[in-house]
Amino acid sequence: MPIQLYRIDDRLIHGQVVLGWGRSLGARFIVLVDEEVAASGWEQDLYRMALPPEIEPYFVGVVEARSRLAAWAADPRPGILLTGRVETMAALLAGNGGPMPSVNLGGIHHRPGRIERLPYIYLTDDELRALKALRAGGVDVTAQDVPTTAPVALDTLG
Amino acid sequence: MSDTLRGVVVCHGELAGALVDAVERITGLRGLLVPVSNADCDRGGLEERISAAIGGQPAVVFVDMPSGSCLIAALHRLRDQNGIRIVTGVNLAMLVDFVFHPGGVPAEAADRAVSAGERAIRIP
Repeated sequence: MPIQLYRIDDRLIHGQVVLGWGRSLGARFIVLVDEEVAASGWEQDLYRMALPPEIEPYFVGVVEARSRLAAWAADPRPGILLTGRVETMAALLAGNGGPMPSVNLGGIHHRPGRIERLPYIYLTDDELRALKALRAGGVDVTAQDVPTTAPVALDTLG
Repeated sequence: MSDTLRGVVVCHGELAGALVDAVERITGLRGLLVPVSNADCDRGGLEERISAAIGGQPAVVFVDMPSGSCLIAALHRLRDQNGIRIVTGVNLAMLVDFVFHPGGVPAEAADRAVSAGERAIRIP
């Protein structure tokens, strides 16, 4: 079963992911692709606290994630792959030999230089360009914070 | 150390503000609790809000859920700081008890808050 959700969310593993998407999709594993968390055992413990026992976490960097994507895609369990940054997702999917997934923009919040595109999506112009480049490479990109809202097309974000 | 502990309430959405407002309406005591919302910010932004609310004072940080973005931000920012205790599962009863007993050290205040909060959960 392919990974059910590729999501960019700077809060990483939190309520919307676990309770919103996780329950809706019946997720049994979550791959968190984040270099800082992958290198920090105590941060991994923090995120484990947010997970019910039936969901197995994997904490990896981009290089390891790319090497394991095919295995996760073949996993019979439904899964979610998370990154906190646009550039991490772009790096992960660059040169992906398999079918290109859809990418969900779930929560990218305000920082200096970012512009509000939706109440839960703020992007710099460079980030928007990176997302459009992903789409040009065959990735369907939409914004949707929780499963009960309608997805918003990338074109409407700027 | 100040005689009065600061209480910082960190919750999803508008919950913290509503809890603090309710405590102040019930007790008439104002300024002892500082609400922090996780709305419209990433983890770094939420950590900054929590730090600003604590203001370098001894404090008890009340968080709504025993996991999730509010707790993770609080633990990430405060884990090495002395004079801070974090309590999860905040409810109105524990906050009312806290503002009526604003002295002491954070560890004792946190234990007291947990007891008050647990006593309030019952089937009458």
